[in-house]
Amino acid sequence: MWEFPLTLPLPEGYNNKVRDLYPSHEHNGYRWAMVVDLDRCIGCAACAVACYAENNIGIVGEQQLIAGREMAWLQVQRYQDPGRPEKVIFLPMLCQHCDNAPCESVCPVFAPHHSKEGLNNQIYNRCIGTRFCSQDCPYKVRRFNWFTWQWPPPLNLQLNPDVTVRSKGVMEKCSFCVQRIKEAHNRAKNEGRAIRDGEVQPACVQTCPTGVFTFGNLMDPNSEVSRKAKDKRAYQVMGYLNTKPAVIYLKKVVQEI
Amino acid sequence: MSQEFELSYGEIDYTVLGSLRRPSSGYWLLVGALVLGVVAGAICWAYQIAVGIGAGGQNIPVAWGTYLINFVFWVGIAHSGTLISAILHLFRAGWRNPIARAAETMTVFAVSIAGLFPFIHLGRVWLVYYMLPYPNQRNLWPNFQSPLVFDMVAISTYLTVSSLFWYTGLLPDLAVVRDRAEGLRRKIFTVLSLGWTGKHEQWRHYTRGYLFFAALATPLVVSVHSVVSWDFALSVVPGWHSTIFAPYFVAGAIHSGLAMVLTLMIPLRKVFNFERIVTVDVLENVAKTIIFTGLIVGYAYGVEYFLAWYSSNIVEQEAFRWRAMGAYSLEFWIMVVCNSLVPLLFFIKRIRRSIAWLFGISLLVNVGMWYERFVIIIGGVAHGFIPHAWGLYRPSLIEYGIMLGSFSLFFLLFVLFVKHFPSISMTEMKETIQEEAAHAG
Ligand code: SF4
Ligand code: SF4
Repeated sequence: MWEFPLTLPLPEGYNNKVRDLYPSHEHNGYRWAMVVDLDRCIGCAACAVACYAENNIGIVGEQQLIAGREMAWLQVQRYQDPGRPEKVIFLPMLCQHCDNAPCESVCPVFAPHHSKEGLNNQIYNRCIGTRFCSQDCPYKVRRFNWFTWQWPPPLNLQLNPDVTVRSKGVMEKCSFCVQRIKEAHNRAKNEGRAIRDGEVQPACVQTCPTGVFTFGNLMDPNSEVSRKAKDKRAYQVMGYLNTKPAVIYLKKVVQEI
Repeated sequence: MSQEFELSYGEIDYTVLGSLRRPSSGYWLLVGALVLGVVAGAICWAYQIAVGIGAGGQNIPVAWGTYLINFVFWVGIAHSGTLISAILHLFRAGWRNPIARAAETMTVFAVSIAGLFPFIHLGRVWLVYYMLPYPNQRNLWPNFQSPLVFDMVAISTYLTVSSLFWYTGLLPDLAVVRDRAEGLRRKIFTVLSLGWTGKHEQWRHYTRGYLFFAALATPLVVSVHSVVSWDFALSVVPGWHSTIFAPYFVAGAIHSGLAMVLTLMIPLRKVFNFERIVTVDVLENVAKTIIFTGLIVGYAYGVEYFLAWYSSNIVEQEAFRWRAMGAYSLEFWIMVVCNSLVPLLFFIKRIRRSIAWLFGISLLVNVGMWYERFVIIIGGVAHGFIPHAWGLYRPSLIEYGIMLGSFSLFFLLFVLFVKHFPSISMTEMKETIQEEAAHAG
């Protein structure tokens, strides 16, 4: 389980003879992916805050947070070396937009849905709240609206008009800022061209002070994500589950002195 | 068996119909208390719908709580009703006749209660019809890959078949009640008995029909709980993703169901003086079957540990280490002791023929099986892949209220049934006697 090869969420990541039952997805020009360089992360959590602001994420308050109901779509997880507490690794964890998504197959009503561009779309008004998808997501990045959350003034003024506000009983999660991808699509279409590499910047990408995240199209061999995915340090979290995540991490390299 | 032999047809009618006599005030007190329990549960559910499912204790990572524990528990309870009434009928095991009616009744009510829980569990219960394959202008169908859709099909089939089986079996007895009743009661039973006159022709159809329903219900015992187990086995969660789940769940279901049969029959025979019909021999046979299912369940617990060790998968190994030693270890050990160790006491003849022991052990097995579901459903996800997402769960007051409501509803339905309908199949009892007489002659 330690030596599982990097399996890109593209047709070449599939091996129907050895480990895949279903054929690969047909993607339509774009296969969005993200590369997260752990060597750069300083753990400031600006990405998480940006995500809250961009995506109208519910603010649950202290009590619900302790009860395990935080709504963050992106969390900066901290892992410590038990022997050396100063040696912390930060792991920004968000929906991996798996190509072989465990959350998609178990939903009875197709609310998590694999899009033509590889996104794992959560269709909010289709969700009936069985929460099976969250149970089956190995990365535990799906968030459920246990109540109708409140944005007391002036917080209501900063709600993003391009994003829905989810109501109680609905599962939600990172969408790679799909509203920004849509906007780029419109712009590109008006100008009669394809979306340029780096043109779409999700909120976390835009906000990270150290440039941890790179977002782009994996089907374009010249894009920056494709280039970085070939890095020696590239790995996928729990790759051996063969979910073929579209979020590729670059290992943190530490030198012992 | 010589005891039953002494029973005459008239005596059977007299004893069974005796249970339908005017209830005492104690009975109404019990019914009143149960109704209160049901109302409390309903209020809790209404509150939950109004404020959101957060009224329960579920969270991320443990997004399933007591609602699904109770769902699996009640489906399990239902199973041995069908085992006793259908499978043992096909095997011509005469000892099942005295308890078949009560067991089948238990099945129908338990499946109905189980069927409520997925609704209670939903975040947006008002949209539950999205799960049905109905034609709509958006061309959206349910996802037939999802175990929850299998569940819906399995449970509704089970409910339909077992209700029909149960009602068919009731028909001749309903006619007996009708013939002896007066006034309004007579009118009601005239409708319910569907014009049964006991003609030769009718008996021929009846026995055929009953046999066919038994044959139809038998595979359901295996299929329904296998399907329920796939809710877990088809996921990737460590501790759930295992091929032993289907047989293990079926055995567990029958285990808990048999225990529930004892829990219900022992007070019933005492209250209605059914001792001569539901003899100790019958209860002893149930106890012997419990030893068998208990051994299967114990074996499954062992296999799970073996598989975790053999997989060399550290996540799987940690999940099982934590199950026995982690935050829910008490629940785990309750489960092991009550389900696989305590039933072994039935190997001792004196224990399996003693009413007090039978009753006590059956209660313990019920508790153990509830905790088995707790350990699986909560324990699996609470300690999954990512250490950062480990978390615990504790049921909330609302959940306890709904649980109280469900148990009250089950016992309420059962108590109403045994007082107003023949809770022992007079027809089958007479058949037993006849066969025995034939053998003797
Ligand atoms: S904003 Fe960048 S540096 Fe800060 S926690 Fe997020 S990924 Fe790490
Ligand atoms: S990370 Fe989880 S929620 Fe995202 S696609 Fe994969 S399984 Fe689904």
